[in-house]
Amino acid sequence: MNKNYIITGLVIFVLAVLSPFWFNMITDTQAAPEPELLGKAKTEKKCVLEKYEMRANHMSLLDEWRDSVVRDADRMYTAANGHSFNMSLSTGENSCLGCHEDKAKFCDSCHTYASVDPYCWECHTNPKEIK
Amino acid sequence: MMKKSKRSFLKVAGIAAIGLGAFPAIHFASSDSHGTAHTVKSPNEGALLAHRWGMVIDTNKITDEVVENIVEACHKAHNVPDFNHEVDEEKYPKTRPVNHKQEVKWIWEEGFHYAFPDKEDEFLAERFHDLPFLVTCNHCKNAPCVKACPTQATFKREDGIVLMDFHRCIGCRFCMAACPYGSRSFNFRDPRPFIDETVSTFPTRSKGVVEKCNLCAERLAKGEQPHCVEASEGAIVVGDLEDPESEVRVLLNEHYTIRRKQSLGTEPSVYYIM
Repeated sequence: MNKNYIITGLVIFVLAVLSPFWFNMITDTQAAPEPELLGKAKTEKKCVLEKYEMRANHMSLLDEWRDSVVRDADRMYTAANGHSFNMSLSTGENSCLGCHEDKAKFCDSCHTYASVDPYCWECHTNPKEIK
Repeated sequence: MMKKSKRSFLKVAGIAAIGLGAFPAIHFASSDSHGTAHTVKSPNEGALLAHRWGMVIDTNKITDEVVENIVEACHKAHNVPDFNHEVDEEKYPKTRPVNHKQEVKWIWEEGFHYAFPDKEDEFLAERFHDLPFLVTCNHCKNAPCVKACPTQATFKREDGIVLMDFHRCIGCRFCMAACPYGSRSFNFRDPRPFIDETVSTFPTRSKGVVEKCNLCAERLAKGEQPHCVEASEGAIVVGDLEDPESEVRVLLNEHYTIRRKQSLGTEPSVYYIM
């Protein structure tokens, strides 16, 4: 009878197809790192947008800010929550890095995990790194 | 028992499909009304504004020392690389040797004959032969670089400043070919190893983009005068060309001034008091 052959073949096939799941079960997967809030960002508690919106959309926000600053010379952003921010990545107290002081723990940890490589820092400088 | 016909099933299925399809649109429309509506983008308080920015350079007040101070102040504040700078081998190992033809400059000294080739008189006053002239981007009214740029990385701002969005520059250098003043420089290599002291208030550039004077747009936005004006000891004045009361217009009214390669029709905004 061919029945036995077919069943064994099916079992091997299912095992092989699901191999990524087996692989994940035996190896440790790294949990996504949480961006760490340090210094001013920790006490301030108010960012431009809600936390989850910020996580999902910060890149489009930065893109919008760049056009506004460079093309329209509008440099102040008053957010929906009433706070105003200096539309700048790294210059001054009221910029992104002015509040989120540690670039490595805030930007890089997630970007590295997600293997995205934004080229912001090819030109923009982290004031902490210039010594 | 109700008997379902094929027809009634299809009707219900069709209505359900429309509902499912419309849901995202309704969701989008309802979320938009309370989304980004309350955000406001505005210029800084106290920013210097003009209808058309222009510059007047008093050549009588320009000495070699003033030139040096101005160039240094500008280049330092904007992280312009100096290829004579000795590279820090530890930080930047294996840096290629420098080709000095690839210099980057925003404002620099030029001789009269190069700055004003169309004003070559047979018996030119002798003092002009070795007088230092400061040249930079002229922020032309009809800027040829703006027309040449295929990505609109170079554009003319409403206040007359010819500005660059370095993010958008693809390094094609059409603008460099278009500019009759040589005001633009290309980054043939990563400039960072050649910046003596990186200033954190202005970004550096990356390899493959063009750069030039931005009339210190970042300082005007804070209500401050450009670096060259501050370092010039009164030789350079920047102001609104369209405002007849402004300092630049008063100076233009009182003195004889020339502009570079005026016959090309680019309408430069930088004037030289002779």
